[in-house]
Amino acid sequence: MSTTSLWEYANPVKFMRLSGRVLPWFAGAAAVTLVAGLVWGFFFTPDDFRQGSTVKIIFLHVPAALVAINAWIMMLVASLIWLIRRHHVSALAAKAAAPIGAVMTVIGLFTGAVWGQPMWGTWWAWDPRLTAFLILFLFYLGYIALWSAIEDADTAADLTAVLCLVGTVFAVLSRYAAFFWSQGLHQGASLSLAPGTRMDWAYKAPLYVCMTGFSLLFIALLLAGTRTEIRARRSRALMVRERMYA
Amino acid sequence: MDLTVTDLTVARGGVPILEGVGFALAPGAALVLRGPNGCGKTTLLRTLAGLQPALSGDISCPPEAIAYAGHADGLKAVLTVAENLEFWAAIHGTHGIDAALSAMNLNDLTDRQAQNLSAGQKRRLGLARLMVTGRPFWLLDEPTVSLDTASVALFGAVVRAHLATGGAALMASHIDLGLSEAAVLDLAPYRAAPRLPQGFDEAFA
Amino acid sequence: MIALLARDLKLAFRAGGGFGLGLGFFLILAVLVPLGVGPEPRTLALIAPGILWVGALLASLLSLDRIFALDFEDGSLDLLATAPIPLEGVVAIKALAHWITTGLPLVVAAPVLGVLLNLAPAAYGWLIVSLLIGTPALSVIGAFGAALTVGLKRGGLLLSLLVLPLYIPTLIYGAEVVIRGAVGLPVATPLLFLAGITAGSAALLPFAAALALRVNLR
Repeated sequence: MSTTSLWEYANPVKFMRLSGRVLPWFAGAAAVTLVAGLVWGFFFTPDDFRQGSTVKIIFLHVPAALVAINAWIMMLVASLIWLIRRHHVSALAAKAAAPIGAVMTVIGLFTGAVWGQPMWGTWWAWDPRLTAFLILFLFYLGYIALWSAIEDADTAADLTAVLCLVGTVFAVLSRYAAFFWSQGLHQGASLSLAPGTRMDWAYKAPLYVCMTGFSLLFIALLLAGTRTEIRARRSRALMVRERMYA
Repeated sequence: MDLTVTDLTVARGGVPILEGVGFALAPGAALVLRGPNGCGKTTLLRTLAGLQPALSGDISCPPEAIAYAGHADGLKAVLTVAENLEFWAAIHGTHGIDAALSAMNLNDLTDRQAQNLSAGQKRRLGLARLMVTGRPFWLLDEPTVSLDTASVALFGAVVRAHLATGGAALMASHIDLGLSEAAVLDLAPYRAAPRLPQGFDEAFA
Repeated sequence: MIALLARDLKLAFRAGGGFGLGLGFFLILAVLVPLGVGPEPRTLALIAPGILWVGALLASLLSLDRIFALDFEDGSLDLLATAPIPLEGVVAIKALAHWITTGLPLVVAAPVLGVLLNLAPAAYGWLIVSLLIGTPALSVIGAFGAALTVGLKRGGLLLSLLVLPLYIPTLIYGAEVVIRGAVGLPVATPLLFLAGITAGSAALLPFAAALALRVNLR
């Protein structure tokens, strides 16, 4: 088997080489797309006839929420890859994704509160969508805490991967439980693939640009974070060796 | 069935500490592992017991045939001597703890709670546990810690009796156990060579 | 397996086993809440189902770190892992022992504390039923969390941070059963969800917990 497969990039050396080369491009593309999308969204879209200019926070709120959820999905996939194929890069990528996802969750919750205040007259409501997001944040916290509590790197990778798997199931259960528990104020999903979506293209186009920008930002941060984790792991391994064979 | 170990590499904290370990232990034989502190005796025993994976190499005998006794005896402080022993007998599906009790001279202590035993008595109870597992291969990590001379002799007799019934024992110990027939394996030659990092991969784990 | 269950129960009931601590905590919580909220019976009746369920949750959380930590410290866990019973079975049995010593007393005590909190008469039956069905899930999920943190020096606080989010679905459906029962609404849907979570947790989590234990032992 001499074909080049995707798994080769699970090798730390190859990953470092490739990621070092593409990282500036992703970072640059993220910056350009975000500036373009946000400027377009904030200054070149009409006010909503009902919600006024407050609606424009959607250009931060929705992309952040999108990344917050997809970061967890990415962690789930990376955890599975680690458990099944034992590629260290994969485990470290999951570790690097968690803080990014947690921050995005906070951004989503914060922008939601800022938006909710003028719209619903309250900063916080126990709306199922909000609640589910708050719960997602708790899961991020637990995951990050477990990573930082365990010293041995492989043990930490194994245990956090198991937690991620079980946590995913319970996060999904919690989401449905939250929807069962309270019917909310929140509007339905902002974007839908089904025909007859409610949003005008004047909003949708810049929103898509912003979502692309946030996704690119996530990839750039993820690459940078994973590179940092790999370097930290490597320096630790070198120190252990030095101690053992001194 | 022999316990044959071929070209075994074991790691502690992801770093190989013993490599190329090989020996064979036939029924009726005893082997004493020697080596300085931290050379990997405990890691080797835990690997053989199936508690941690080997980096490479073969172990011919399944963990189901092995009874492991580590530094801790696994005793419950509020259970009596008999209750502690009966529990392990039940877990291993064997019956009768009397032989084990008298072999380790614990007959007078059966109703005493484990928390009221001296360190040496606890150790004797921990070793009596091996007898109720009914497993042929005993892995013992520093079995004679806190035992007095008489108890060491007692322990030697128990191991000899186990060997006579077709069992085998692998012991890590610094002191002479009075088992003249036991072979000795010095682990120093198997110490894993320092692997100087040559590339990113090598320095990774 | 039976021997393990018998041993764990014996250890819990003997001196120093910690049996009753969770129950005492549950009682104190049910006393503190009215002191904090005020004696108004209508308010208390309104929040009683939630308080009782949150109390049960926290009370069962208290003793979780003992499930594996004690056996880990004295070496029993190593020996159990090399014993002829599967580690998944060990987890299930230990979760069962935890439920018998913590969850079951809570079920029995909850109606008494319901009186303190002025719980609606119609809700008592559903309180017992929901706790009876829901608390086993708390023990199994807790055993999973305890398995994750067993090797850690200060695992207790981390354990709550890991386990409490996992308790959310159980809490929501469990309290919902009591809330609906109190006002005479049909309870079948949340009760079925609650039973589903318990059954699913009991069937699958021992495997995840055993995996985590093996990782922690190596």
